[in-house]
Amino acid sequence: MIRRLLPWLIFAVFAAIPFLPVGGFVTLVAGRIMIFAIAAMSLDLILGVGGLPSFGHAAPIAIGAYAVAMLDAAGLNHLEYVLPAAMGAACLFAVITGSVALRARGINFIMITLAFAQMVFFAAGSLSDYGGDDGYSLTVRTDIAGQNLLKGGNLYFASLIALIGVWLLLRMIVASRFGRALSAVRQNRVRVQAMGINATAIELTALVIGAGIAALAGVLLANEAEFVSPAYAAWGRSGSLMVMVILGGLGSLHGAILGAAVVVLFEEGMGRYTQHWPLIFGVLLVLAVLFLRNGLAGVRRG
Amino acid sequence: MTLLLVQALNGIQLGMLLFLIAAGLTLVFGVMNFVNLAHGVQYMIGAYLGVSLAALTGSFWGGLVLASVAAGLFGLVLEWLIFRHLYGRSDLDQVLATFGVILALNEATRIIWGSNPLELAMPDALSGSFLLVPGLRYPVYRIAVMAAGLLVAAGLAVVVNRTRVGMLIRAGATNGAMVSALGVDIGRLFRLVFGVGAMLAGFAGVLAAPLVSVEPGMGDNLLILAFVVIVIGGVGSIRGAFVAAVIVGLVDTLGRSLITDGAHAAFSAGTSARIGPAVASMLIYLVMAVVLAIRPAGLFGKPV
Amino acid sequence: MAEPVLDIAGLSRRYGALQVTDNVSLQVMPGRIHAIIGPNGAGKTTLIQQIFGAVRPDAGVIRLGGRVVTHMAPHRRARLGLARSFQITSVLPDFTALENVALAAQGHAGSSLRFFGDVGKSAELNRAAFAALTRVGLAARQGVIAGRLSHGEKRQLELAMAVAVQPRLMLLDEPLAGAGPEETARLVALLGSLRSDCAILLVEHDMDAVFQLADDITVLALGRVIAQGGPDAIRADPAVRAAYLGEDF
Repeated sequence: MIRRLLPWLIFAVFAAIPFLPVGGFVTLVAGRIMIFAIAAMSLDLILGVGGLPSFGHAAPIAIGAYAVAMLDAAGLNHLEYVLPAAMGAACLFAVITGSVALRARGINFIMITLAFAQMVFFAAGSLSDYGGDDGYSLTVRTDIAGQNLLKGGNLYFASLIALIGVWLLLRMIVASRFGRALSAVRQNRVRVQAMGINATAIELTALVIGAGIAALAGVLLANEAEFVSPAYAAWGRSGSLMVMVILGGLGSLHGAILGAAVVVLFEEGMGRYTQHWPLIFGVLLVLAVLFLRNGLAGVRRG
Repeated sequence: MTLLLVQALNGIQLGMLLFLIAAGLTLVFGVMNFVNLAHGVQYMIGAYLGVSLAALTGSFWGGLVLASVAAGLFGLVLEWLIFRHLYGRSDLDQVLATFGVILALNEATRIIWGSNPLELAMPDALSGSFLLVPGLRYPVYRIAVMAAGLLVAAGLAVVVNRTRVGMLIRAGATNGAMVSALGVDIGRLFRLVFGVGAMLAGFAGVLAAPLVSVEPGMGDNLLILAFVVIVIGGVGSIRGAFVAAVIVGLVDTLGRSLITDGAHAAFSAGTSARIGPAVASMLIYLVMAVVLAIRPAGLFGKPV
Repeated sequence: MAEPVLDIAGLSRRYGALQVTDNVSLQVMPGRIHAIIGPNGAGKTTLIQQIFGAVRPDAGVIRLGGRVVTHMAPHRRARLGLARSFQITSVLPDFTALENVALAAQGHAGSSLRFFGDVGKSAELNRAAFAALTRVGLAARQGVIAGRLSHGEKRQLELAMAVAVQPRLMLLDEPLAGAGPEETARLVALLGSLRSDCAILLVEHDMDAVFQLADDITVLALGRVIAQGGPDAIRADPAVRAAYLGEDF
């Protein structure tokens, strides 16, 4: 019962935060948490359900964000164009890099996804029209059908709607025939092939869906910061997304939301007290892996 | 043409540095089946220790020797403290824990040495340049880096192919269970491989220090390049790491100049300045993709 | 004479200096159980892997239901009616028994790229899965997580997964391995009854079971076929006796 209600409880808390007397900083952090939660859930489909250890999930986020920047530079600021372009580009990227990465397993898969994300990082840094390494400031936030739905406080509620929408979508996908096949591929790939299911096609589809949703997070993130830079694709970002998913428990969608909350709160919260928070975060991460053998959330599967 | 020659030499020199990092990494992967993201940290630690110890001893050479040894010892401490508890754990556990190590050590470096880039002066004996071909001078130091890389490669080749330890390493890379079945203390073999790998990465860090800016996180990008090297060369293969490191070094360095020139010829100056660098930065990843498409286990990897 | 379900001609595979499959030819006829026997290292496992599609042959042709499948990916062979069990028990440990078999039915229906609808509520898949579980006598355990089933039950579950796809041919790789005497008797009876569903290619070390079940037998030694025929002919074959010298035969 609690498991069924928990996600809705989480959404209710997010919905309430702007109306509580908690100050603008808390709302700002909560907004970032929701955006990263969307990205973390999309990685959970790949890593948690599909068992594919992608260390390059920051790449589709960055591609989504750069779609906003490029269209902004071209004077296009309507979500009707921006979102399909962002998702389309990220999905195409996932099809190409995924086809290569899926030729390898385990360690090699981790290294290859990491390398492709690094490729996006360097490619973004060499785009001199969009600020190169320095990044690009948006002239204006993206609008929806000409309405300022992502401007000011509206972005918060747009993110909340996106969060709930993505959660519902992914929940449906996980429960579908595709979701069952994906989970089965994680458990026993050869067995699944013996059943006449194309395991690689299932995995590639998961990578593509995950990339599309990550691009949505990238569009929101670019609008939140009103700024885009190669750092969106930095490998450390891919790493923290993995931490979020594992922290929340592999395969648990609302767990990924909680994982995102913990990591973002740690960054923003500790960041207020010391600029050296990565030291503490890194040490805690090592200790967690060493001493919580069943995973950070205790619900990890093998 | 002369510029091309310089770029090719720079490419080989980058390849040698990559090889020094990738050699340890690929053996650790191969023999221990251990994903050590923190291997790039060894390179950074080597560079920083090199700067400090060179200042302390007043000599680049003192810094080079002491820092390499210290980096190796530091690697062994990390192995004893953290990594040995991760053998046999899932890839994901290893990735997360070593990711944590990178975050912590990059930040610790920032606390100890500060965020500003440091510099290490090259030794006087190697600081000049010589006439490569008429009209073109090339720095002696870069040649020395290449020579050092080649020497290490030759040494490793002898050790791995001709000695008992090397045989165990090769056997361990193929079948770890068999080696421990032979009654070999696999833990000691691991520590040896790990320590030497850490030392080589540290050595590479000191060698690179006069050529690059020494700063926190300097090992991260090189680590990912080393991953590309290992993927292309094949996990566990020293020869693969060497060949792939040279390929990656050459493609990256030559690609940047050739593609910019090529784009210049094909497009207007403005367009080529825009797309040239972006394409050039993707080249090595394209090479990786092509190699994987043809040989999923890498050039010298064992096909599955 | 009816067309063979599986027709292998001149299959060869070499690993370095080792010839693991050497010009192997055999045919499995509809409604029959064809057993492959041979001492350890005879190349049985490689042969199974070649038929399954995990190992590519260097030479030779594999036909499944008259279609050449020599270089086809495993999942596509499965779609042509090839089902298999594995030497080491191979189930999906996080799924219930019913979900395991329902996935096999889903693979058979070719509907794995459907993103809508709760698969757990699919009457079509659940009905097919329950029927297959009933067929192998595991219906009462449908809700149990497969990882918690006993060894013998996992073996039965694997057979249910094979049955659920209504295959032309079942490839059974040592289905009795690790089973106790009681489980063996039950599994042998079950295998015998599956003959009416489809042809079976069986690799098995339990000679009593093989001679009890098989209609045809192929004997492999060092990758080569040394004898082929009915159980009685094989029992009397001197080459077979020589190959098995010293073994309990």
